[in-house]
Parts: sequence; C-alpha cells; structure tokens
Amino acid sequence: MNAIETCQLSLWYGTFQALKGITLEVEQGGITALIGPSGCGKTTLLRCCNRINERIPSVRTTGEIQILGKNIYDADVSLLELRKLAGMVFQRPNPLPMSIYENIVFGMRLHAPPEERTRAVLDQAVEKALTGTGLWDDLKDKLHTPAISLQLEQQQKLCIARLLPLQPEIILMDEPCAALDIAGTESIEQLIRSWKGVYTTLIVTHNMAQARRVSSHSAFMLSGELVENGLTEPLFTQPKDPRTAEYVSGHLA
Amino acid sequence: MNRFATTPLVQAKLRQEALASYAALGMLVCILLPLFGMVGDLVWQAAPSLTWQFLTTAPTHGMREGGVRPAFIGTLYLVTISLAVATPIGVLAAVYLTEYAQDTWFNRAVNIAVLNLAGVPSIVHALFGLGAFVYAAQLGYSILSASLTLAIMTMPVIIASTREALLSVPRSYREACWNLGASRWQTIRAIVLPNALSGILTGVILQVSRAAGETAPIMFTGAVFYKAIQPGTLLPYALDEQCMALSMHLYTLSTQTPGVAASIPNATAVLLLGLVFLVNSAAIGLRTFLRSRGK
Ligand SMILES: Nc1ncnc2c1ncn2[C@@H]1O[C@H](COP(=O)(O)OP(=O)(O)O)[C@@H](O)[C@H]1O
Ligand SMILES: [Mg+2]
Repeated sequence: MNAIETCQLSLWYGTFQALKGITLEVEQGGITALIGPSGCGKTTLLRCCNRINERIPSVRTTGEIQILGKNIYDADVSLLELRKLAGMVFQRPNPLPMSIYENIVFGMRLHAPPEERTRAVLDQAVEKALTGTGLWDDLKDKLHTPAISLQLEQQQKLCIARLLPLQPEIILMDEPCAALDIAGTESIEQLIRSWKGVYTTLIVTHNMAQARRVSSHSAFMLSGELVENGLTEPLFTQPKDPRTAEYVSGHLA
Repeated sequence: MNRFATTPLVQAKLRQEALASYAALGMLVCILLPLFGMVGDLVWQAAPSLTWQFLTTAPTHGMREGGVRPAFIGTLYLVTISLAVATPIGVLAAVYLTEYAQDTWFNRAVNIAVLNLAGVPSIVHALFGLGAFVYAAQLGYSILSASLTLAIMTMPVIIASTREALLSVPRSYREACWNLGASRWQTIRAIVLPNALSGILTGVILQVSRAAGETAPIMFTGAVFYKAIQPGTLLPYALDEQCMALSMHLYTLSTQTPGVAASIPNATAVLLLGLVFLVNSAAIGLRTFLRSRGK
C-alpha cells in the first residue's frame, strides 16, 4: 500500500518548469528520502503533497497525486483537512510567535470544536506531543515561555511536536536538520527512525549519509526529473542510472 | 617601526568624519530650534489663558472671553467618529489587498490608486464630502457629514500603513499556519493581525492629528463658528447637528474676530497640540506594551 503516489506530475512557476512528469510511489509507514542537487525541485515536489504550493500565484500543476488512495486535485478534497493529514517541517525552524504550549495546541484550536478543547484535553495533548519528541523533561517547567527563546534544535522538535496532536498520517520534512549541529541532527534522525510504521515520512536531504542512515527508500531527482528510485542501499551501492552513480559517488567520496 | 601610525590619508578621513558629524548635528539644531522656539513661544503667549476654566466653559462676548469647551468636545466627536469609521474599513481593505487579492493588473492599479489618494489635498476631500455626504446622501451640514469626510480623508493612509504592517509579518509564520490546516482567515486572525497590530496602531494614531488638525474638510461639511451647547453634559451634540471644532475655532479667532487677546488663540493651539501629544504618547505606551507581551 502506498501513502503517496504521483502520476506524471508537472509543475510550472510562470513559464519555468520545475517538475517534469514525476511518477513516484511512497510506501505507507516507511521513510523515503528525496535527494538531488540544489534547485532540482525537491522542495517543490514536497510542497505539492499538501498543495501548499498553490499559495504562490504563478504556479500551475498538471498530473495527479494520490494520497491514501485519493486524488488530492479532486474537487471534493478540502485543503484544510489535507494539510492536517500531511504536515510539514521546514528547513528553518519556524515556531509561531507565542508560547511553547500555544504552539502545540494551535492546530487543535484550528480544528477541534470548542467543546472538545477543554483544559485537560489540551494539557494532555501537550504532554503527549512533547514526550513523543523527547522534549517533555526539558520543557515541562517552562511551557508558557515564548517558543522563540528555545535553542534551534528544540525549536525544530517543537515544530515537529505541534503536528502530532492533529494525528497526521504523513510527515513531509524539508531538510529538517539543515540548521542544526551534529547532536541535533542525530536526535532528529533517531526520532524519524522511531516513526517507522507509525507515520509515512518523506524527507528531503542534502546529506547522503543521512539518507542512508534513516531511509528505506530513496528517490534521486535532477533538474525537475525523477531519475531513479527504489530501496536505499541498492540505489547507493549499485545505481542503475549513470547520473545517479555520478551524483552518489561524488557525494560519498 | 609603527605600522599603525596616522598617515595623511587617515588624517583626511578623520577630518571628513568630523565635518560630516558636525554638519549632521548642525542640521538637527536647525530643525529643533524653530520647533522648540515655536512651541515655547506658543505656550508663553498662551499662559494667561491656560486655566481649567478655559477647557470647561464656552466662549463669551463674541469669542473674546471664556473658553473653548464646545470646540474641544466637537473635535473629540469628529476624531472619534471618523476613526471609528475609517479604521475597520481601512484595515479590512488592506487585509484584502495583501492577504486575499491575486496579483492582477487591477489589484496593482488599486494599490497605486490608494497611495495616490493618500496624497490628495484636504480641500479636495472637503469638496467631495460636501457633494457626497451633505447633498447626495442628504446628511446636511452635520457632525456625521464632517466625520465621514474626515474618514474618507484618513482611510487611504490607514490602508497604506496597514499594508506595510501586514507585509512585515514574516511569510514563514503564514506558512506554518497554512501547513497546520488553517484557513486564510484563521491565519489572519490568529497570527497576522496580532503581529501587525503595533504597526497598524501607529498608522491609525498618526491620523488622529490629521483628523484633529484639518480645517477645510469640516468647514465645508459640518463645523460652525459658534454653537451654544448645554453645559455639564458629557455628550452635548447630536450627530445630525453642526458642531464647533478646535481647528476651526483657531481659524475663526485668528482671522474673523477683531480684538481678541493673543492668549486665547494661542491657548487653543496649545490645547490642540496637547491633545495630539497625549494621544501619541498613549499610542507609544500601548505599542511598547504590545511588543513586550509578544516577546
Ligand atoms: N516561488 C518560486 N518562483 C519561481 N521559481 C521557483 C520558486 N520556487 C522555486 N523555484 C525554482 O524551482 C526550482 C526548484 O526549486 P526547489 O524545489 O526549491 O529546489 P530544491 O529544493 O531541490 O533545492 C529552482 O530552479 C528554483 O529556482
Ligand atoms: Mg529546497
């Protein structure tokens, strides 16, 4: 079963074609890495999966994306529900300018009806989300301090934690460790590995070693095209396409 | 050998540096001197009339004695009503233009038109108000007509400054919200407006002094030289009545009434300045408070 299936997906920014007929399958509950040089369209592809790209006025898309078996370009798809189900983590941590606590319950305030948002429910959700991201012990005594005051690593984990109360199925990550140091990177990777079988994770990364460490499947993109995809280890050790071989060996050397 | 010795080239740079800083300081003095001189002279001349009675009594003896209460209250009416109308409309219009409108030639034209409207002279707004509110809408010469005219005058500036404030809210905040499944309006309500609030407020407050100070728009539409109001009441005017106003009163005292003691128009001006100063200070205080709470 696939969580995400794109079929001949093409995307233009104005007249510039950023995605060229991408057909990709992402296994449900698995961890899939999206690799490729800067500017090849990784972020663009990721942002198609919850249709956030359409907030950019000049964007035009053709093709299909099935998420959990439903074409998300169908007229009866609610974007708000789609984004709740497929949450995104950005390259730079972007906590909202409010307290840690408010950051985490923000999604619930958006989606749950008021009578379901009692203090107890919210408190419990905060504890669960922070425990799930390994932040609870550090932050439980300062839940009401501004999120901006945290270290970058904690901010990024908080950005992950605030997705969890919405019970997403898919987590889209755009170079989530790019702003972090080695320790931060390691602990986020550990978190991602722990999601195996729970969430479907699609992670963009520049770091080949990271792709090998966390993912079971990888997809290699080059100038808007999907060159090769499949199990991670074979893709790195015996690439079928010479372009993949060149990129992977260049980065591993 | 000293490799860090002052060379002639360095000396030349230091001279330029000194010259530039003194020139800048000189300009500052050139601006501040007349400003303080003017305000100081105003207060000095006004001193004999600056009493509590001046604020609480009506003018008497053909404006040559007494206070400015009807004008003071009239100005409060006009400023409050005009901004109460202009602020919500202006802010929502700016929200539409920045958050909802697509980037089409029409919307770009609207943006440019708003900027240009902000620069239209007040006498033109006065004529428009006369035609639109006094005659076409049949509101007559009234507080309502005058306030609406002031609202039309201040609205473009409020739209422009609100737009600036909204645009300064980082896009990453909006994206974070959208990605949690927030609708545009939820994003605006929860994140964009609160973070733009201090900027919006500054824009609105700056318009207080414009609404309080302009004479032409209200003279054409609802302000009168003299109107007797009931002493002691808090809200003495009805909205379909004409009213006195400080700016208009100042004009009347200075140009239309012979034999007025100099202290009376000066005290009126001081009152007008004081009112604007008070509102601005309150706004700065509120802004500091909002900023500190946001952190
Ligand atoms: N908003 C945009 N408008 C126009 N072009 C864009 C926009 N965003 C990205 N692009 C272009 O699309 C291409 C792919 O970008 P992106 O998906 O960000 O690449 P990656 O994440 O792989 O580095 C790049 O050439 C980039 O310049
Ligand atoms: Mg990118």
